[in-house]
Amino acid sequence: MKAFQALISRDLKLAFRAGGEAMTLVLFFIMVGVIVPIAIGPDRPQLTRLAPGIVWIAAFLSMLLGLDRLFRSDDEDGSLVLLRHSVLPLEAVVAAKVIAHWLVTALPLLFATPVLALLLSMSWEQWGRTVLALLIGTPALVSFGALGAAVTVGLRRGGLIAPVLILPLCIPIMIFGVGMLDPMAGGGATLFLIALSLVVTAFSPLAAALALRAAGE
Amino acid sequence: MTLASTVVGSLGMAAMNLPQRAPRALVPTHVTARGLTVTRGGERLLFRDLSFEVPPGSVLLLRGPNGVGKSTLLMALAGIVRPDTGTIEGIARDGVHIVNYQSGLKPRLTVAENLEFWRAVNGPSGLPVAAALEQVGIGKLAELEAGYLSSGQLRRLALGRLLVSVRPVWLLDEPSAALDAAGETLLALLIDAHRAAGGLAIIATHHDLLLGDEATIETLLLGEAA
Repeated sequence: MKAFQALISRDLKLAFRAGGEAMTLVLFFIMVGVIVPIAIGPDRPQLTRLAPGIVWIAAFLSMLLGLDRLFRSDDEDGSLVLLRHSVLPLEAVVAAKVIAHWLVTALPLLFATPVLALLLSMSWEQWGRTVLALLIGTPALVSFGALGAAVTVGLRRGGLIAPVLILPLCIPIMIFGVGMLDPMAGGGATLFLIALSLVVTAFSPLAAALALRAAGE
Repeated sequence: MTLASTVVGSLGMAAMNLPQRAPRALVPTHVTARGLTVTRGGERLLFRDLSFEVPPGSVLLLRGPNGVGKSTLLMALAGIVRPDTGTIEGIARDGVHIVNYQSGLKPRLTVAENLEFWRAVNGPSGLPVAAALEQVGIGKLAELEAGYLSSGQLRRLALGRLLVSVRPVWLLDEPSAALDAAGETLLALLIDAHRAAGGLAIIATHHDLLLGDEATIETLLLGEAA
């Protein structure tokens, strides 16, 4: 358990020290929110209608941006090989890294949502639903991302391949995530999103560890 | 010869501290490899039907020209590269330390934070971080970010990883690279103390390592038979 905590706290330290990449993702997230109203035009009802989709697209794109560094730097400096011989199984190592990655890349987005809500003229009620949907859906996005990052870690310029790989996998998350934000919809989308997120989060460390082992060969 | 003995003489203090380095006892293991065949890239045969034994307390030196498969053999022993045929016994997944050209260190973390991390992740069975840093000769740099270290100091920090967690098998790939004369002596002392405690080491190197007790040092010359 101490090893698990050490992994998480190391990744958090690395993210918030001097690199500041966590802030970059938040800025990107807000940037999408700034650009869309300008591109669409000042039609407030239309913006409100499109807002859920825009929020999810912004979240999805910024998750993809941060994806590559999940295993890359550990692979390049040899940490990944050494971590395979830690007291933890590789699956637990991956799980710790996924949790840390969520804390660094997804959690800050939740705090940035009020800005997006303002820019997209969402109601407070709609904003509340958005935060809830992102809270449920982003663990699944990060988990699929971990899978993509693990598969492409052996490729030197794999930065853009991972997003392409996981894109089809993430479509159900988008569908139910946006569905959850539709005020007309019932609770079905919410339940589906929760189920999806739980299953993906539980299984992705196993699959990602398998991919990492294969990449080491 | 005289040069080497002066260096040892000047490091006498460190040498005397070494034997008491393991608070938790090491569980000795006997490494056996039988009939190892490893190919890389699908077709390039590195070695065929390689067998050796490394009893506790001894050292196996891997020698041979560049590209002959010394590092790959170490990776196979570590379980990272899967051999085409053959078996390896006596190396537990969490019973092995690897030191190679990659440091596994983060430039943005301090020296102490780096070692503290590996101590937690590999099991805090060995020396505390401060004592380990002292022993590898970079105790004064504990609060410095690792990115500011020279490559020799980085190598010393990587060697510190061997001390903070007690593990019976050390797989070392050119461990003396970038080390100065005092560093080479230190490395030899660390390996000898590890052997005295019942550990073993398999080392790929082109250098002479100044190790003691030559009777328990075996050399495996790769690339001759092929």
